[in-house]
This record gives sequence, C-alpha cells and structure tokens, in this order.
Amino acid sequence: MADLTTTFCGITSPNPFWLASAPPTDKEYNVRRAFEAGWGGVVWKTLGDDGPPVVNVNGPRYGAIWGADRRLLGLNNIELITDRPLQVNLDEMTRVKKDYPDRALIASVMVPCEEAAWKEILPRIAETGCDGFELNFGCPHGMAERGMGSAVGQVPEYIEMVTRWCKETTDLPVIVKLTPNVTNILGPAQAAKDGGADAVSLINTINSITSVNLDTMSPEPMIDGKGTHGGYCGPAVKPIALNMVAEIARNPTTHGMPISGIGGVTTWRDAAEFIALGAGNVQVCTAAMTYGFKIVEEMISGLSQWMDEQGHARVEDVVGRAVPNVTDWQYLNLNYVTKARISQDDCIKCGRCYAACEDTSHQAISMSEDRVFEVMDDECVACNLCVNVCPVEDCITMETLAPGALDERTGKTVEADPANWTVHPNNPSATAAE
Amino acid sequence: MTEHLRASGVAAGRVSQDSIDANFSDLHPAYAPHEAMVAADRCYFCHDAPCITACPTAIDIPLFIRQIATGTSEAAAETILEQNILGGMCARVCPTETLCEQACVREAAEGKPVEIGRLQRHATDTLMAQDVHPFTRADATGKTVAVVGAGPAGLACAHRLAMHGHDVVIFEARAKGGGLNEFGIAAYKSTEDFAQKELDWLLQIGGIEIRYGQALGEGLSLTSLQSDFDAVFLGMGLGGVNALALEGEETDHVIDAVAFIADLRQAEDLTALPVGRRVVVIGGGMTAVDAAVQSKLLGAEDVTIVYRRGQEAMSASKYEQDLAQQKGVRIVCNAAPVGIEGNGSLSGVTFAYTEAQDGKLVVTDETFTLPADQVFKAIGQTLAETPEALKLDGRKISVDDVGRTSVAGVWAGGDCAAGGDDLTVTAVAEGRDAALDIHATLAGAS
Ligand SMILES: Cc1cc2nc3c(=O)[nH]c(=O)nc-3n(C[C@H](O)[C@H](O)[C@H](O)COP(=O)(O)OP(=O)(O)OC[C@H]3O[C@@H](n4cnc5c(N)ncnc54)[C@H](O)[C@@H]3O)c2cc1C
Ligand SMILES: Cc1cc2nc3c(=O)[nH]c(=O)nc-3n(C[C@H](O)[C@H](O)[C@H](O)COP(=O)(O)O)c2cc1C
Ligand code: SF4
Ligand code: SF4
Ligand code: SF4
Repeated sequence: MADLTTTFCGITSPNPFWLASAPPTDKEYNVRRAFEAGWGGVVWKTLGDDGPPVVNVNGPRYGAIWGADRRLLGLNNIELITDRPLQVNLDEMTRVKKDYPDRALIASVMVPCEEAAWKEILPRIAETGCDGFELNFGCPHGMAERGMGSAVGQVPEYIEMVTRWCKETTDLPVIVKLTPNVTNILGPAQAAKDGGADAVSLINTINSITSVNLDTMSPEPMIDGKGTHGGYCGPAVKPIALNMVAEIARNPTTHGMPISGIGGVTTWRDAAEFIALGAGNVQVCTAAMTYGFKIVEEMISGLSQWMDEQGHARVEDVVGRAVPNVTDWQYLNLNYVTKARISQDDCIKCGRCYAACEDTSHQAISMSEDRVFEVMDDECVACNLCVNVCPVEDCITMETLAPGALDERTGKTVEADPANWTVHPNNPSATAAE
Repeated sequence: MTEHLRASGVAAGRVSQDSIDANFSDLHPAYAPHEAMVAADRCYFCHDAPCITACPTAIDIPLFIRQIATGTSEAAAETILEQNILGGMCARVCPTETLCEQACVREAAEGKPVEIGRLQRHATDTLMAQDVHPFTRADATGKTVAVVGAGPAGLACAHRLAMHGHDVVIFEARAKGGGLNEFGIAAYKSTEDFAQKELDWLLQIGGIEIRYGQALGEGLSLTSLQSDFDAVFLGMGLGGVNALALEGEETDHVIDAVAFIADLRQAEDLTALPVGRRVVVIGGGMTAVDAAVQSKLLGAEDVTIVYRRGQEAMSASKYEQDLAQQKGVRIVCNAAPVGIEGNGSLSGVTFAYTEAQDGKLVVTDETFTLPADQVFKAIGQTLAETPEALKLDGRKISVDDVGRTSVAGVWAGGDCAAGGDDLTVTAVAEGRDAALDIHATLAGAS
C-alpha cells in the first residue's frame, strides 16, 4: 500500500489533501469535521488584523457555471476574508491543533502592507501552535481595493518585501499564495523566493463575471440590482492553475521551490496531475463546497490505488515527474507525424468529425452517401480536433507513423531523428546543424 | 433444431438451444465501460444518502459510485465488499426497486433512479475479473467457530470471522455451497456459474473449511458443535415448504416451486428439462414469479400465477410482477385453490374467488378451473426441524438485533432467523453483524 504521508516544506500531514483557505476552514466546527472526514491539513480561513472584522454582503455571494445535468463546473465568489474576530479564530485554532497534532494547520494571513502590522500579528498567531503561515496575496475582490490581497500579489516588489518581513519575524514555514490575475506568474513566484518564502501556493481565484441576468441587466451574483467581479474557481480553472504550477516548476530559478497546487482539484486524478507537474501537495476548496468533506475518501483511495498500480511508494516519488516533459513550443519534434484513424466498428455515424474538419479545419474527412466517414491521409494535418468532438471515446485515435513511412500529405518520408523549430529551414534564426 | 412448443403434458425440449440461451441471458447485463461512466455521472453524491440507509448492508453508495466515476472501480469494489462480501451476487439479485434505488433521490425527482445495482456489478466484476481478494486475515486468535449452512448468511458470517483471525468450519448439508444463490435464484439473474465463482473467490481469505454433506440434526447435534467450537452460527435457511392441504397434492406433477427451480439451476442442459404445456403457479412472492417466468422461458405455452389476495398485496415487487407479465405470464388475483382435478393424473386446478370480510380472507362459492399439466406450489417456506433448545419467534428462530439466540454461544441469521426480509442482502447483513458480535464476545472472553 502506498504511503500518502507527505512532508511539505517541513510540515508533515497524513495525506497530501489540504483544504484551502475558504469557507470550509472558516471555524473550529468545520475543521474538526474535516479532520474527522480524513483531510490531511487545512489552511484556516484568512485572518485579518485585530479590530472590527470585515463585513460580507448579506445577499448572494456566489455565481456558477453548470453542465447540462447541473454539474457545477465553475464557481465565483465575492466573499472577503474571515468576518469573525481575530481572537475567536485564534482560540479555535489552538484547540483544534491540540486535538489533531498529526494534521497540518496553516494560518492564512492578510493584513495591510505595513511592516508593523505583519510583525505584530505573526507571533500572536504562532501561539496557536499552527504549523506555518500562508500569506494571502491573492484575493481579487474587496480586499484588493483596500491595498491588500491581489493588490500586493500583482506587484512583485511588495511580495518580496512582505515575505521578507514575515521571514524576519517567524521560524515557521512561510507559504506565499499567488494570484493568477497577472500576465506572467514567474515574476510573483521569483519575488516570493527572493523574499525567502519556503513555498508558494497557487492559484487563488480568477477575476470573473459568471453571467449576466438579462432581466435586471446586472451581473451575477446580484446584490440589489448591482454586481461586481468575483473570484473564479472550481473544475473550470484547473487548466490555468496547472500551467502556472508547471511554469514555476520548470523555470530554472524557481525550480525546486515547494509548490502547493490549488485550483479545481476535484478528484484523485486532478491531484495526481498537479503533483506530477511539481506540486508537493494540493489544496481543495470548491470540490469540498460542492460535495462535502467526504470526497476526500475518494481522493485518498484513488491516489493510493493509482500509486500502487504504478509502483510509487510515496507521494514524493511522483512530485515533478511530468515537469521534464513540459517544454516550449519551439522544442517540439516536428518529425513526429500522426494521422487520425476512425474505427468503423465504433463509429455511430453522427458526422460531428466531418462537420468539424470540413467546416473549420483541413477538409480531411470524407463522407460517403451511406454515411461512412474516413480520414484522407493526404489532407490530415493530425490536429486531433475530430478526436475531441467525437462523442464515442476512443472511436477516433491518432496513429503515429513509423520512421520510414510516407506522410501522404507532405509526400515526405518520416525521419527517425527528431528535429524542432530551432533547426527548421523556414526559421530565419535556425541554427542549422551542419 | 425443431421446437416442440405445443407438445402436451410435461415435456422437455419445447424450445431450441438458441432460444434457451437468449431466454436465460443476463436480466441486467453488465455495462460497457462508457455506459458505466454515464450511469455513474448521474449520482449526486448526496449527503447522508438515503440510498445507504435503504441498503440492508449499508454500502457507501455515493462513495463507490464516485470511485467508479474517477476511474477506480477496484477501489469502488472494496468500498462495496467491506460492507457486503457478496456484493457481486447482491448486485444481480437485489430487488433494488424496493431497496436502494427506491430511495434514490433521482427516483423521487424523475422516476429514474441512479442504477445502483448495475453500477455495483460493474465495480465488483472489475475486481473479481482480476481474481483479486482485497482482504487479509488478522493475526490468528486460536478461536474456532462452527457455521451451519453455506448460504449467504453463513458465508458472510464465516468471511467476517476469518478476517478477524478466527478459524471457521462450515457444515453444509448439500454437496455444494452457496445456498439459494446456487439453488434458488432465478437463472437469468445469476448466469455463468457466478454463485460458485463467488464462493471460490470468497474462500481466498483463508481460514474457512467447508464440510459438505454434513447436516445439523442428521448425525450432527447442536450440543456437539457447542462443545467442539467456541461459538456457533446457524444459517440454515428455510428447509421446509408449506403445503396446500388439498387432496391430490401428492400427484406427480404438483411440485414445490423451490425444488423445480433447484433442478433448473442444476440442470446441465435446459433443453432436457421437462416443463408443462399449461402451468399453474400458486403463490404471490418472488418464488412464484421466478417459477412462472422460468417455465415460460423453457417454453410452457400458458403460465398463470394465482394469488389468493389482491395484486397490491403480492410480496413480489412491482418490477417482478411487470417482468412476469412482460414474459407472458398471466396473474390472477383473489383466488385460492380448492381442488386438484384429474383423479391422480393432473388435469387442472379449481380455484374459488376470495373476499375480505372483516379483515379476514374468506373463500366464496364462485369457482373456476384452470387446465394444468404442471402445478408449482410457491406458498412459502418454513423452518425445517431445529434443535429444541432454541426459542422460536413465530415460525423462526428468535434472535436479538445482533443475532444472539436464546442459547448462550449460539447465534443465528438469514432466512432461518426472525426479523428482516427473506433476501440475500439481508442474510449477508445478519451474518456479518453476528460475526462482529461473536468476535466481540470471543475477544472479551479471552
Ligand atoms: C426461488 C427463490 C428466489 C429468490 N430470489 C431472490 C432474489 O432475486 N433476490 C433476493 O434478494 N433474494 C431472493 N430469494 C431469497 C434469498 O435467496 C434468501 O433470502 C437467502 O438465500 C437466504 O440466505 P440464508 O443463508 O439464510 O439461507 P439459504 O440461502 O437457504 O442457505 C442455507 C444453507 O444451509 C444449508 N442447510 C440447510 N439445512 C441445513 C442443516 N440442517 N445443516 C447444514 N446445512 C443446512 C442449505 O443447504 C443451504 O446451503 C429467493 C429465494 C427463493 C427461494
Ligand atoms: C467562497 C470562497 C472564499 C475564499 N476565501 C479565501 C480566503 O479567505 N483566502 C484565500 O487565500 N483564498 C480564498 N479562496 C480561494 C481558495 O482558497 C482557492 O484558492 C480557490 O478557490 C481555488 O481552489 P478551488 O478551485 O479548489 O476552489 C476562497 C474561495 C472561495 C470559493
Ligand atoms: S447554503 Fe445555507 S446559508 Fe447558504 S443560502 Fe443556503 S441555507 Fe442559507
Ligand atoms: S464523430 Fe465519431 S462517431 Fe461521429 S461520425 Fe465521426 S467518427 Fe463516427
Ligand atoms: S440517493 Fe441516488 S443520487 Fe443520491 S447518493 Fe444515492 S444513488 Fe447517488
């Protein structure tokens, strides 16, 4: 049996599944139940400074995107950080950590961008016995307007500065949570590293408007006729999050920095993908909010089964395994030639592949009078659009042409040696191998 | 091959081998992988799910369906088998329409529940096809337990005891294990010798010995079991059948439905199994439906179920009744048999209509006769003789909610014990729970 115990920047938890800082980790009641359900750790709902807590709207705070069977695909929220008094949270954290010493308990923090504020609050929070800090530089709404959250996360200099203050103040691990609302995630990640961060976590939510109510002409969620952009999360954001995690993992100067992967983790497989792309563990919010704490059971059983099948004994053995295979476009092998293949046994003759290829791609699928669909190798550029629109799984597959075979489209023989754009004759700056 | 559909009397070979193969194929066939994914996708992963409560073995249904949906059917199977070691058979035979699927929130919402039974089959088939037994035994306790009967109750009890490190000996009267899984369940529910395959798979846990041809009451006494073992579990089902108490009942072709079904289940070649041209089945439960449907599938021309009360009172579920009618079985209600016709060579059965008077069923003067060359009695099974020391509750062995009988050190479960429906899944639940109590008791005693 695979051992799911994970040590993430020095913090050990029985499995790599943590709950992200959000409503699921808002209070003692939730967190105790989460631990009972099996979660390996939690990042407590973001704490703010002492004094009157922030207030939330008193109407809807979520917008959503669904699939046809009401499967929740994307969620957007306009919630702020904790709206409960600091001391109440600290007392609760202390009690919980005492009762669950084997689980990770991380304090998420967001206070104004002033040295004194950070240096004052961290030692106070540390008294709870928490295992580390997560600096919330991500929240895209409400807090940003007050100069916090993503207002800090979008300025690498601020990230570095605040991180440094925190590292000067505490010996506990400091995780910097990054906002995806930037053009290049490497700047913020590098800044966190330069400030001395022990790890980064990403992504926080993405600026978004999920829908517009066409009766009231207001964005959803709508508060008294008005709406505002909220933070997008859930399954829909996973591809964005995976890319950002991979970028940090493969960039030479940030490579090796522990990453906590967040964004749309809903199943064990999502988690395995984040881990393969360099995440040391994952954090989950929307999936727990959609299905309840119990889903962690599937994540645990699924990841163990897969690791057993693959012969991976520990989570560390998987971390970053896919990173070497993430590269730039220019390094992709242009001598790798595939062709679409339609299995006539599986084909149900819907014609979607034909419509896609004929109308929008390369006119490489033929259709006979009696609805037989066939790929024309002399036209097929191997884009695989047909594979993706075909309703029957594995009905269309991509076949790799062996070296020596003829590519009927180009009339060229497939070469055995790889060659990419950097050496391609059409590339003006190609470094031709002479 | 020619079919002898209209041969009179009780005859074999009414339909061809091809028809037999088609007629007796899986009632709920296995899913193709894509179908399983689509079916799994419909589950809402309900909180404190009502389907779990409705399952007598309390399988964590939302979890196992999510495990299927996420491509780990093996993990799904473990979730199922942890609660119900005969999850494979239950997936095939449970009347889901009155259990989990009736409780599914999508049944209430759309009249179309998540197909829990078929999904359960998908998961357990996946694991069993790999011949993996996912459980191991705890350290040996040195305790021994005798189990009477290798039916669902006895097997579930034995497996759980073996898991906890006890050594189990099962005493089984017949030459084959599985109980009614092997001898009773309709052939189209358990195809391809599944009962024996499941039995072999179950025994992979180790620590279970089955002694065949050894019956309690025939050379084997409860007191000897009590003195030779640390505990005893009784799971011998219902060995007896109720009689009609009519003259002519001993006629050749008036037979117990259960015996007919057992012959059918054991037949090597169903084209060689004789069945009447005109068949009358007396009763209103699952056994009546199974006997009627299978007669029809063997090629009987006219098959009629006659039940003494109204159709709504039949213990066969609505689904089973519909199945019978779909297969061309006629259901006649509110009629009770009053005479067997034919002077020793069966020619028909005479029935009188019944009426409820002051809550009591009475027979009226109005009668009718159905021609018949074969009659199946399916009016209920009874406990065969049981050791005297055991207190009865009605006509079954009295037990508390963990299966303890009136005799210390003796537990009972399944059809032979009072309480619960007579279903495979209930027998499994009772066997398992008794095992847990036996384990707790033995642990306390050491
Ligand atoms: C025709 C028919 C169809 C059915 N269809 C369904 C269905 O579709 N779905 C469903 O859920 N349930 C069905 N049932 C009910 C289900 O089969 C039973 O509830 C279930 O098998 C009970 O399990 P058990 O272990 O208590 O008894 P059994 O399955 O009866 O097993 C008892 C075992 O004990 C052995 N035995 C008996 N006496 C002795 C003795 N003195 N000493 C040693 N061994 C002994 C027997 O040989 C047998 O192996 C059906 C029943 C019948 C009769
Ligand atoms: C309602 C809601 C409130 C959130 N509040 C916080 C917060 O206080 N601090 C924080 O760092 N992230 C917060 N997040 C972001 C989540 O921690 C997480 O980064 C994001 O939802 C992406 O993960 P997911 O796709 O699993 O939901 C919040 C998300 C939601 C939906
Ligand atoms: S989820 Fe609970 S708190 Fe939120 S609107 Fe519904 S009932 Fe109210
Ligand atoms: S999309 Fe798939 S199923 Fe439809 S015609 Fe094309 S190959 Fe056949
Ligand atoms: S009640 Fe139906 S939808 Fe809900 S968990 Fe059970 S099977 Fe799924």
